[in-house]
Amino acid sequence: MQGFGPIRPEPDEALWHADWEPRVLALTLAMGATGAWNIDQSRHARESLPPGQYLTSTYYRIWLEGLERLLLERGLVTREELGDGVVREPARPLPRRLELEAVPRVLATGTPTDRPAPGPARFAPGDTVRARTMHPSGHTRLPRYVRGRIGTVESVHGAHVYPETHATPAGDPSPRWLYTVRFEARELWGEDTTASAVHVDAWEPYLEPLVAGAGR
Amino acid sequence: MSGNHPHGSALSETDLRVRALETLLVDKGYVDPGALDALIETYEHRIGPHNGARVVARAWSDPAYRERLRTDATAAIVDGFGYSGRQGEHMVALFDEPGVHHMVVCTLCSCYPWPVLGLPPTWYKSAPYRSRAVIDPKGVLADFGVTLPEGTEVRVYDSTAELRYLVVPMRPAGTEGWSEDRLATLVTRDAMIGTGLALEPSSVGGQP
Repeated sequence: MQGFGPIRPEPDEALWHADWEPRVLALTLAMGATGAWNIDQSRHARESLPPGQYLTSTYYRIWLEGLERLLLERGLVTREELGDGVVREPARPLPRRLELEAVPRVLATGTPTDRPAPGPARFAPGDTVRARTMHPSGHTRLPRYVRGRIGTVESVHGAHVYPETHATPAGDPSPRWLYTVRFEARELWGEDTTASAVHVDAWEPYLEPLVAGAGR
Repeated sequence: MSGNHPHGSALSETDLRVRALETLLVDKGYVDPGALDALIETYEHRIGPHNGARVVARAWSDPAYRERLRTDATAAIVDGFGYSGRQGEHMVALFDEPGVHHMVVCTLCSCYPWPVLGLPPTWYKSAPYRSRAVIDPKGVLADFGVTLPEGTEVRVYDSTAELRYLVVPMRPAGTEGWSEDRLATLVTRDAMIGTGLALEPSSVGGQP
């Protein structure tokens, strides 16, 4: 998608553009730390806004919409409660709560996504691969602009939690092998691009081997 | 970005909505109000591009560290400086060299290496950058007033997984013998995203 105009760096580089923005950031991080949902489920909630709304909303507005949606879906709050902030239903138990003292440790630990590999890697650096043509209705991290395009495996990063299944209600964290794939920019965009190559991180199910002689 | 709301009432409406949400989550016991303030304080004051600048400065001055950063950036950054964790769990360093420039983007959302650069700037999260960086990175650089030497190729990295990228720009000429601290003053945030270059020594004052 194009046509959004020039990039406009701000002279003052303000982190926030309204008083509510830092509160939404903190609430999103603190609720994420409770274990009520995982990062792929929260990304999916944000992406699931109607496209017109997504494209015309500011960044933290999208976070706010996503957070409210996650809370409602899990029955942690009701719409009525969101309306005025008054508690009407008892709280639901959550796996954890992020306490003040734990903030530095939790941030410094993060949430690594590498896991023991489920089996041998299918691809190795230098392999020619094609990104699958696919249009899943759920969450995916395979950008549309590489689907169906041919690239070269640049590096292998072990197995990582697979976002397609992790984002579902079941939150299945089964890992898949993760690769960095290099696509020649002209393969993606044609002659007018000013990039030489675009690299995308792709899980193994996103890729298929390119069989010799089976080119496009 | 508040310019998207021509009527002031839209903003205050959101303020009220977020206030209600925060009150609700605190009163339900889901969040600790102290933790909320600590999270904001962390990203406003503690974690920012000064972290990444120290990493780059060491990579410029210490060949062994540079090699370590190339082979295992996550460990090199944790062991060297203690920067770790959220949105930097799996770090990869990209090294600019003569004729090769790197640019990092997240076309899908706003993935960004928080432990070394802090929170992303607004333009990084905006549709213009996310849509154009992968197609026309030299046009993006022009928006930032940057022109690369003729014939330089631009390799773009789209952060589509949990790998987070840190660009190590080229060390400017005329900085021989500089200390790491002094070198770090030349390393801008944009240079570590790839929308800028390291500053020239003439642009910063001070003594070695």
